[in-house]
Amino acid sequence: MLAYIVRRLIAIPFLLLGVASVSFVLSQMTKGDPLAALVPERMMSNPEIVNAVKAQWGLDQPLPVRYVTYIGNLLQGDLGTSFTTRRPVSTDIAERLPATLELVIAAMIIGTALGLTLGLLSARFRGSATDGISRIFALIGSSLPIFWSGLILLYIFSVRFSIVPGTGRLPPRVTPPPDVTGFYTIDALLAGDLSLFGQALAHLALPAFVLGWAVTGIITRIVRSSLIEGLSQDYARTARAKGAPERTVLIGHALPNAMIPLLTILGFTFAYLITGAVLTEAIFAWPGIGSYAVRAAASLDYPAIGGVTIVGSVAFLLANLLTDIAYAWANPRIKVH
Amino acid sequence: MTAPLLDIRDLRISFQARDGSWADALCGIDLSLEPGKVLGIVGESGSGKSIAMMAFLQLLPRGTRVQGSAKFKGQELIGMPASRIQRIRGKAIGCIFQDPLSAFNPVKTLGQQVVEAIRLHDRSISKRAALKEAERLFELVAIPQPERRVRQYPHEFSGGMRQRAMIAMALANKPDLLIADEPTTALDVTVQAQILDLLGDLRAELGIGMVLITHDLGVVAGIADEIAVMYGGSVVERGPTDPIFYETSHPYTAGLIGAVPTLDGTGALKQIEGTPPSIFSRPDGCAFHPRCGRAGDACRVQTPRLEPHGGTACACHFPLTTLREPVPS
Amino acid sequence: MAMTSPDTAGFSPRRRFEGTRDIWRRLPITAKIGALMLLFWILTVLTVSFWPLADPLAMVGRRLQPPSTANWLGTDALGRDVFARTMYGAVWSIPIAVVVVACAVLIGSTLGALAGFFGGWSDSIIMRLVDVTVSFPPILLAMAVAAVLGPGLANASIAMVIVWWPIYARLMRAQVLEKRENEHVEAAVAGGAGSLRVLGVHILPLCWAPTLINATMDFGQVVLLAASLSFIGLGATPPSPEWGSMISEGATKFYSWWIAFGPGMAILSVVLATSFLGDGLRDVFDRRSA
Repeated sequence: MLAYIVRRLIAIPFLLLGVASVSFVLSQMTKGDPLAALVPERMMSNPEIVNAVKAQWGLDQPLPVRYVTYIGNLLQGDLGTSFTTRRPVSTDIAERLPATLELVIAAMIIGTALGLTLGLLSARFRGSATDGISRIFALIGSSLPIFWSGLILLYIFSVRFSIVPGTGRLPPRVTPPPDVTGFYTIDALLAGDLSLFGQALAHLALPAFVLGWAVTGIITRIVRSSLIEGLSQDYARTARAKGAPERTVLIGHALPNAMIPLLTILGFTFAYLITGAVLTEAIFAWPGIGSYAVRAAASLDYPAIGGVTIVGSVAFLLANLLTDIAYAWANPRIKVH
Repeated sequence: MTAPLLDIRDLRISFQARDGSWADALCGIDLSLEPGKVLGIVGESGSGKSIAMMAFLQLLPRGTRVQGSAKFKGQELIGMPASRIQRIRGKAIGCIFQDPLSAFNPVKTLGQQVVEAIRLHDRSISKRAALKEAERLFELVAIPQPERRVRQYPHEFSGGMRQRAMIAMALANKPDLLIADEPTTALDVTVQAQILDLLGDLRAELGIGMVLITHDLGVVAGIADEIAVMYGGSVVERGPTDPIFYETSHPYTAGLIGAVPTLDGTGALKQIEGTPPSIFSRPDGCAFHPRCGRAGDACRVQTPRLEPHGGTACACHFPLTTLREPVPS
Repeated sequence: MAMTSPDTAGFSPRRRFEGTRDIWRRLPITAKIGALMLLFWILTVLTVSFWPLADPLAMVGRRLQPPSTANWLGTDALGRDVFARTMYGAVWSIPIAVVVVACAVLIGSTLGALAGFFGGWSDSIIMRLVDVTVSFPPILLAMAVAAVLGPGLANASIAMVIVWWPIYARLMRAQVLEKRENEHVEAAVAGGAGSLRVLGVHILPLCWAPTLINATMDFGQVVLLAASLSFIGLGATPPSPEWGSMISEGATKFYSWWIAFGPGMAILSVVLATSFLGDGLRDVFDRRSA
């Protein structure tokens, strides 16, 4: 397993090179003229800018040189300039990344907590109404289009009953807390501003739930089936023979064993979360990289969408690596080696 | 005469088949065990020997029908509510299972698992004290370096050491009865002998009553006070150990003894022809008759009852009468 | 959905394929419901133009009317009947998903089979390509491709095939690697059968079950992703009644929840149907191979 992780670690730079190459190919395909992918149309008439960009990205050079320049720029963190915001894509992304991370992490927490709870309930009361309701709730979450459930829940909880505030990270005209982590909830706490924390949390709650609900299905399913399998294992019988009540067998014995398969799917879950985050942000006007990507895609702003794609891939690969490491850590049969 | 430690009367267990019909896995058996004695239950897989014990501990899967009576120190276990049987399981009755690798939880240290066994029955013992007790138990079952071993996971133990740890865990709350289900089957032959010696020593030292379940008569020969031979869900022969071996009445028992390799090399290894019946297709009459060389017409229609015959009780229409010479061991 | 079985399955040492009827009989009830729901949508695609529905593109009533007996799911911002549009939406969403899954299966399985069977450098190249493709979060790759190619359903479909083929390449490669160890395959090789013949006649017929199960499950996911791309504005373009773009229209008319309701339920029904059916098929095939 350790060897596997090392192999994965070695593979990551190569995979990133592959990702960058695909992105390069896509950028070259844009509207036939690669320059169009780098210079906003409005600036095309300005020869100074055009020449500067040409030189920076080596557009007057042959294709192989352009490729090397492109990769070199990426390595320096230069993702090009967005057509729409006219700012470096890396700056845009850096500014918006915390919002997305805050949403995704909150959703991950909600999804895992909900999935574990529902999985435990349905394994404990297998075949009962509780089991059925838990599974249906989880299944619907992963089958609904997230942009639809977001919309409907926003209508119900915000428009109809005003239980949660509307879209965005904070009410309009409220100053965000001083930037430490970029997570408004945590920064508000660090600033000691409880009312601001409350507002940030209230804004976060619904989008995070919508996104978390979407992954609840996968988690519930894996937790339930691992627990039920665990309850029929020999070690569960041993625990019962020791005098453990069924609840202890479930939580003390089957659950720790279910953590291993759970960890292996968290990486997969992360892919779901990124997909969902893009759409959730679009619905909730959440100022993260997802809504940025959606706006970029709608206006065919290739540098922006390409930049988000590369950043997303890096996050994705890192999440998978973390999953592998967590898996090795959780499984004592691997730890000794 | 002291009250029996375990007294099983007409215990009957049925499983439901996929088509909804019920099949008897255990067709009403009687067994009893005095305190401090060792009862060996011998039979092939499917004979019902393990599920008899699992049944009164209520460890069988839901949907199993259990009828009859099983009294432990006078308390009826069949139908006892879960909350009460939980206080007996692991406290007054300890269990040892066949494959100690799968029987231990792979993601917890052995120390944690023994500590759990102790603290499930006495919350007042601190985790630290329980771990000390676990180390003492490991020492009792001759696991070297117990203070290091309690921190290890099951896969870090050898098969024999794991079984010792299993025994230590079963002894954690000083049980009156130890049920060992095929405790040596998964082990190498030399390790088997060590584990049996250990069980014998523990019995002598602690005076624990034991039920030793095995498919191998040789395993119980040296340790059991009484032996019950099971076939097709019934006890076919029952008696003190010596008569079972030397005044064998049931052809099946005789077949099993034939299947025991004798140390002196006389008597070639013999195998019983055929395979034991599945519980869903058990023959009428005596369940053993299709494989029995002595079977007559009565065997095909009438189920024989357990009746005294020679030194044992035997359920056979045509019991053997030959006496064997004791083989010096 | 009737899936044809390759007759060549008879060459295998395993039991002969039991036939669609036998599989149907052994499917759990949820899977049967799923299959019927899919059948409903397929029939809708084929016959919806004969239904007594309002014209999905015409203004039939007042704008933004809530559901009523005349307009079961209300009317949208242009006064079009949402129920009719939802039903006609199937004509866009279902065939696209069929095409995308078919192309992904075809391309992925072919490459995967070649990689698994021939090994060596073809294996390396194909599988590295797979590795790189799956390093992208699916929606971002689809968005990037669609953004480069420009909006439109055809381009969105190409983007989705690019996202999906690696799954089938991996599946098929693993299957081929496993099945080529079969004795009858080795016998065929020893008997001098050509490589492509061994692959096509002796190996592939054994490998289709996992692909079929996965394709069933993915069908719903493709419908979902196609709708997502349309929702973002990279798929179907107005005024076509595609489910995703209908929801996107609903998103701008916040108080008229019914505009988005119909297409959302339609997508839900397809996704649920395919996961029910896929689960059921997996149970049937797993039990058979166990």
